Amino acid sequence: MVGLYPTIERRAIVIAAFEKEAQSSPLGKKREGGGDLRHLQRFTAAMAATNSSAVFLSAVDRCAAADSPGKRTLLERSHSVRLVGTPVTRRAAVWRKAFGLGSNFLRRTISSLGFAMASAVTEKPPATSKCLWEDVEMAPEDPILGVTLAYNKDTSAVKLNLGVGAYRTEEGKPFVLESVRKAEAILAADRSRNKEYLPITGLAAFNKLSRELILENDCPALVENRVATIQCLSGTGSLRVGADFLAAHYPNAAIYLPDPTWGNHKGIFPASGLCMKKYRYYNSQSRGLDIEGMIKDLKSAPSGSVVLLHGCAHNPTGVDPLPEQWEVIRQVIRDKGHLPFFDCAYQGFASGDLSQDAAAVRSFAGDGGELLIAQSFAKNMGLYGERVGALSVVCRSEVIAKKLESQVKIIIRKMYSSPPIHGASIVTTVLGDKELREEWMSELRGMANRIIQMRKQLYDALILRETPGDWSHILNQIGMFTYSGLNKEQVAVMTRDYHVYMTSNGRISMAGLSPSTVPHLADAIHAAVTGNN
Amino acid sequence: MVLSFLNCTSSQTRHRPLTHSSLSSIHSTGRPLISSAACILPEDKEQKGGGDIAVRTVFFFLPLPTMASAQAMPISVWEKLTEAPEDAILGVTVAYNKDPNPVKLNLGVGAYRTDEGKPLVLEVVRQAEARLVADRSRYKEYLPIVGLAAFNKLSKELAFGADHPAVVANRITTVQGLSGTGSLRVGAEFMGQHYHTPIIYVPVPTWGNHNKIFPKAGLKVQSYRYYDPATRGLNFTGMMEDLKAAPDGAIILLHVCAHNPTGVDPLPEQWDAIRQLIRAKGQFPFFDSAYQGFASGDLDADAYALRSFAADGGELALAQSYAKNMGLYGERVGALSMVCATAAAAKLVEGQLKLVIRPMYSSPPLHGAAIVATVLSEEKLLHDWKAELKGMADRIIEMRHKLYDALLQRGTPGDWTHILKQIGMFTFTGLTKPQVDFMREKYHVYMTGDGRISMAGLSTATVPHLVNAIDDAVRNIA
Repeated sequence: MVGLYPTIERRAIVIAAFEKEAQSSPLGKKREGGGDLRHLQRFTAAMAATNSSAVFLSAVDRCAAADSPGKRTLLERSHSVRLVGTPVTRRAAVWRKAFGLGSNFLRRTISSLGFAMASAVTEKPPATSKCLWEDVEMAPEDPILGVTLAYNKDTSAVKLNLGVGAYRTEEGKPFVLESVRKAEAILAADRSRNKEYLPITGLAAFNKLSRELILENDCPALVENRVATIQCLSGTGSLRVGADFLAAHYPNAAIYLPDPTWGNHKGIFPASGLCMKKYRYYNSQSRGLDIEGMIKDLKSAPSGSVVLLHGCAHNPTGVDPLPEQWEVIRQVIRDKGHLPFFDCAYQGFASGDLSQDAAAVRSFAGDGGELLIAQSFAKNMGLYGERVGALSVVCRSEVIAKKLESQVKIIIRKMYSSPPIHGASIVTTVLGDKELREEWMSELRGMANRIIQMRKQLYDALILRETPGDWSHILNQIGMFTYSGLNKEQVAVMTRDYHVYMTSNGRISMAGLSPSTVPHLADAIHAAVTGNN
Repeated sequence: MVLSFLNCTSSQTRHRPLTHSSLSSIHSTGRPLISSAACILPEDKEQKGGGDIAVRTVFFFLPLPTMASAQAMPISVWEKLTEAPEDAILGVTVAYNKDPNPVKLNLGVGAYRTDEGKPLVLEVVRQAEARLVADRSRYKEYLPIVGLAAFNKLSKELAFGADHPAVVANRITTVQGLSGTGSLRVGAEFMGQHYHTPIIYVPVPTWGNHNKIFPKAGLKVQSYRYYDPATRGLNFTGMMEDLKAAPDGAIILLHVCAHNPTGVDPLPEQWDAIRQLIRAKGQFPFFDSAYQGFASGDLDADAYALRSFAADGGELALAQSYAKNMGLYGERVGALSMVCATAAAAKLVEGQLKLVIRPMYSSPPLHGAAIVATVLSEEKLLHDWKAELKGMADRIIEMRHKLYDALLQRGTPGDWTHILKQIGMFTFTGLTKPQVDFMREKYHVYMTGDGRISMAGLSTATVPHLVNAIDDAVRNIA
């Protein structure tokens, strides 16, 4: 936040400007929900300690009101706002724009005005010797990916990385599936293949196989060509492209996220410009699903809201609704005319069965309604770094699906033009060949089973140590992660004393465990929970 | 039933005509069919043929539930979507592919073709790839958000030179990006969020996609004069005037070499003057490097402008692509480099770049970057690559000569020396839009509407056909 207002002088401008307006502006008070205004007030309060020079008065007001055409031009040009009439009407125009556009406008206004102020004061452009980025804030490390960074830096002989959800073998090694290696070898040996640009929407064969995987071949929506599928960069890329599309073509709807959810959801949706809300999901008492809370919140959300749903193996909790609960959820969502957006990163990983894990998505796709699906092959085909995924949008008609696809292309063209060929080609080869597909499915079941084994072993180890607490959630939760219930402090103890790395919300990647490391983890948990070292 | 038909034409006008297939889907979900299926909306007549009218008529007379008992057909949330137009550049290939004519020529996208008209995968790339795939000790783990470290280092050194003062001083942060487009977008997003003057000046003309990427990232796009149609060369005076008139501190987009679409590059002494002016005005250069090695055939010579800017102590951004010079088009390999005044600033910038990338696609794809890193890090592969690159650049120059000679021989009206003078993959022919359209319709020659042809798409065998087309267009179409 602070990085948006690079220099102390510019922060001073912000403080002065918004302290004044926050108190007295009728426009500010009238804003619905007062979101931006509250944000500003919090910000100014936080910046109150900063040295604010009295010389820099409300710069926004000043420039808007100023007789200086140069300053007004700068404002007008950067924000497409017409500053006409009296100082009062000009100020009103600026403030109306500010609250309409939010922090982006403010940031840019202050930047451009800060510059104008600086040049007015000094009569020359900013010194070229000063580094432009000197005052850029040190960005915090990504909470999930930062765990691996910290783990790598740790020099201890015995350490355990249970951070990122990347599968590990029993020997603790990364795993490239045999079916993938075979597919890759076939591709590399084929000299008739080239590296030409894919279409903007990606590899057509990949798109077809992907949607058939998540939706099953005879799904009416597929048969009727009502599904637009676009290759994207794994789950993140599919979510982002989908969210950008919603921001452009389904505006004013907020997206409802389960509480808790994957951390990066909260990065993606704001970046797209979607307003985020949450619905109750995890019950920390029962360590299960708060179905009543979830239903209540979905019912009270405004009709037509976007609802993010985890297809299976909820990340980070591992708590999934039962089939009958999914049915209730679906009815509520359809009755309220909400738009479901499924995040499917673990098809095949939850139960080992691809159909079972897709049951929820398929029930929505089969009821005639519309939905979006972000599909990832990172985990279930072990293609993490190749960034393979797909965004599918189930529409009411083929005509609409075609138009929708054309609009998604516009979004992708200005982001990265077209997706990478390699990973999608691997998926196409595996899914398109009967033997390779069989081999893949069996390897997938193997991975899912090993995780289930680790759950049993960890549970048994904790029972053996008589570690206080009910640990049955380790067995009940589904997928790659266990939401251990450990708090930040306990996690810190485990990292400090046992070199066990996990995200601070207590999420453990079971895929990172092996029979030889389970005892170490059990010791660490025991120590953290009992407070003994 | 008649009443309900009349009702539905007035009150149900928002409902779109149901296709036959979607009607059956409603049957399969067990929801009652409503009589609005019998509506004939004005739009129908354009979209559908007579057959659908017959379908609707059948339903009209079936014993359908009345409006009162029927469940309302929900409207799609995407009702108001319109068909977006095809991308101006990529759409050329789409149109080309749809063309059924046996004799056709695609001179649209800047993708290299052999003299047999075939796409080319470089030998060094095949070797690198074979080695990577055979190496069972390699994994497919997530790359860091900033990409493959070895790739980033080698890319930085390729662009700036390993012993460049900025490289040695660690003042450059390089992150892997999705080819040129992705690197431009990440850089532009960063500038839009952190730079004090979010206005970018682009040359006229420039690559079409620039004007889409920058506004999306929050940068206001302005322009400076660049191409002079009269001389078919650089409008240096106009360029300098416009840069001078541009605000201090504005961002200036510069093509490192082989300007796209014009093929017109400033001379070294002109680059020096441009640099002096930009630095004097505290403007921020944002370089787009998609053709390093394709302009002159020499990687270092092609980077002259970029390296001179990076050496004068000032800061800049660079979007670098391996799509063309390593033929890795579809693998989406590129890099964004930010040259900063200090190493500390470079570290700060890197952290913020990660915040742009993580919510966009988390981390970049592994394969293409691994190929590049393999080729650039091994002496033999590096040497062989340079030879193949020179081979591609030479073939393009040969096509320039062949086309020029053929036009001269034909006696086609006009001065065609610009075909020889322009640099890189494209020729900015000077053909007008009507002439371009004519050539497409009559000769099935495809190029972008601005008259830009990809020389890389030409071959000895196809030059005569192109000459026929140009000759006819120039003589008969204005």
